[in-house]
Amino acid sequence: MDFTYDDEQVALRDAVRGLVGKAYADFEQRRRTVADDPGFSEKVWAQLAEMGLLGLPFAEEDGGVGAGPVEIGIVAQELGRVLAPEPYLTSVVLAGGLVSAAGTPEQRAEVLGALSAGERVLAFAHDEEGSRWSSAATAVTATRDGDTWTLSGVKEPVPHGARADLLVVSAALPDGGTGLFLVDPAGAERTGYRTYDGGRAARVVLESTPATPLGAPGQDLESTIATVQDIGRIMAGHEALGAMEVALAATTSYLTSRKQFGVTLNTFQALTFRAADMYVSLELAASLVQWATMVLATGDAARTADAAARAALQVSRASRHVGQEAIQLHGGIAMTAEYSVGSFAAHLSALDHLLGDGQFQLSTLAARVADHRALDPLETSVG
Amino acid sequence: MQLELSPEDQAFREEMREFFTTKFPQEIRDAVIAGRELTKEQHVESQQTLNAAGLAVPHWPEEWGGRGWSDLQRHLWTEEMQAAAVPVPLAFNANMIGPVLAQFGSQELKERFLPPTANLDIWWSQGFSEPDAGSDLASLRTTAVRDGDDFVVNGQKTWTTLGQYGDWIFTLVRTDPDVKKQAGISMLLIDMTTPGVEVRPIELIDGGHEVNEVWFTDVRVPADLLVGELNSGWTIAKFLLGNERVGVAPVGTTKRVLAQAKEYAGAQLDDPFTRARFVELENELLALELTALRVVAHSEGAEPHPASSVLKLKGTEIQQAVSELVLDLAGPAGLASGDGSGVPEWARHAAPTYLNLRKASIYGGSNEIQRQIIARTILGL
Repeated sequence: MDFTYDDEQVALRDAVRGLVGKAYADFEQRRRTVADDPGFSEKVWAQLAEMGLLGLPFAEEDGGVGAGPVEIGIVAQELGRVLAPEPYLTSVVLAGGLVSAAGTPEQRAEVLGALSAGERVLAFAHDEEGSRWSSAATAVTATRDGDTWTLSGVKEPVPHGARADLLVVSAALPDGGTGLFLVDPAGAERTGYRTYDGGRAARVVLESTPATPLGAPGQDLESTIATVQDIGRIMAGHEALGAMEVALAATTSYLTSRKQFGVTLNTFQALTFRAADMYVSLELAASLVQWATMVLATGDAARTADAAARAALQVSRASRHVGQEAIQLHGGIAMTAEYSVGSFAAHLSALDHLLGDGQFQLSTLAARVADHRALDPLETSVG
Repeated sequence: MQLELSPEDQAFREEMREFFTTKFPQEIRDAVIAGRELTKEQHVESQQTLNAAGLAVPHWPEEWGGRGWSDLQRHLWTEEMQAAAVPVPLAFNANMIGPVLAQFGSQELKERFLPPTANLDIWWSQGFSEPDAGSDLASLRTTAVRDGDDFVVNGQKTWTTLGQYGDWIFTLVRTDPDVKKQAGISMLLIDMTTPGVEVRPIELIDGGHEVNEVWFTDVRVPADLLVGELNSGWTIAKFLLGNERVGVAPVGTTKRVLAQAKEYAGAQLDDPFTRARFVELENELLALELTALRVVAHSEGAEPHPASSVLKLKGTEIQQAVSELVLDLAGPAGLASGDGSGVPEWARHAAPTYLNLRKASIYGGSNEIQRQIIARTILGL
């Protein structure tokens, strides 16, 4: 049992912090970056690729680095600290993760090699009207004609769907189940727009759009999607931890500098106690996310699903608490787009809703609550 | 980062689990599970069973019965003990006066008191709080005035937990009224059978007599029962209150009660709202347990992990919330708390336990004090 980073992991953290910390040293830079399409910095994306971070999760034979979940979590957390708008979570962890998990060796080498090199941005087109974080697809359907596959239907919102060079699309298979397809976006109609946290998403309309099955044609990949979503939940947790750390630090700093009634705000105990409670929320969430990351490293999908849901529930609760209190304790300044702290709350909310919010996780876990007598984080299997 | 325990720690954990679940008096464990108040004899038998196995004071210096365990092993020992419904060694003896005497006591005091303290041959009470000195402990007013070979003690202590069983009381007294309030305090060991010591029970909202007032009227205490230097009591008190990094959040006990509550719930567990309530509490408890593990895994020989201040605050909140859940599960049956009642024993104890545990966020530095510590020392506010 050990919750500390080793020397290499600390070096990785410092290197990522150095890179993105410089790129987004002042919040104004992030504002300028998200103001223009594609909503992130192609230059920073290339730098992330040069540092090997875009290929971090993928096997070396696929052009990646072959690092583990702890390292990917470190990157996500550092990006979260500066609200880096680069699509690491959606392009690398989700879309890349699916190619890594389901692709043929040729697909993996081609797609992940280009992704790792920063030459190709991927998007995972999965959400559909009315679907709430399901691992299945229903509204977009796949049709087979011999060896040729086409997709029809609407995917929305697709994070970074307008900028993406390649779409990984989920679709209902003719014989049941959910398949995954690689789609050249040239064959789709894409309408891009801004999301409330400064990100980008798109409406993607497919009409008999040519598609290449990811992995073996016709294979039901719903459980693969579910596992990659679980990985995404844990990594989104890391991103949220980074954002919460900084939102709390900004709040404590503000409380010690802002004066009202002739004294600094930390003179008022009602305010300092609320900041203390923010710290409690953050620490408890950090413990669960770190644990879930270690569970993920064991490679056990069932345990990971449970741990991901638990981490996501705790992070959802903490994100809302920390985000909301950060705004309230700052007062009106936090409502302005020029000041950073409101953007942290916005991004925390977006992360919360990307892969399943607290109520969704609670509902999932509640269905299984009678299956075990007590939870034991040290046992090798969930009872 | 590493999820599993080392093979050595895993073996240690299993050894503890085996002892607590197979070599410990079952009737005492049953009493704990049922939520019954333990008798003095049960407390003593429990601690003496542990002491005979070398498990009562493993965190003491090795020459006085300590085992030289790591913080993680101490954590596992506590958790397994609580999970098995074994009463933890009496805190006043094992966690408070024992380590204090080992650190500050003269050789004579150590030899005289440490072995019987470990074995609960002497039952210690804590004489710190006073009516006007609770969280603001330094405001205490009980005086000790030197007179020949004795101190003469006058004053009143309160909230003396289980003081009715006490043989001796370790007491903070004011020995110099003319200096800064923290500077004039000393620690005295007082035999509770000395003339002038009077213990008066305080009736509590749960119907029990767990705490007492202790009055001192011209009590003569031999001066060699002073612990450490004269007027060094504040240093000793800070050591006593600050050296407990392990076991401040009763995770093991709360986990056991929450697991038992699923059995109490019966068909109520079909209700989605009840299920959701269990999940929320389980998740918070899991997060707390992992935080405790982070703290013990980190704090080996180093400064305490900052997150350690979260443990008492959140640990007691969850403990209270679980007692509230159990009370709600009992529902109307919880009203049947009297002796002649035929409702299940857990339901009869549900309300007294719920009421009794309101104390948890008050004692040991109230949760407001914990928030102040977090705000000041961690967040710099």
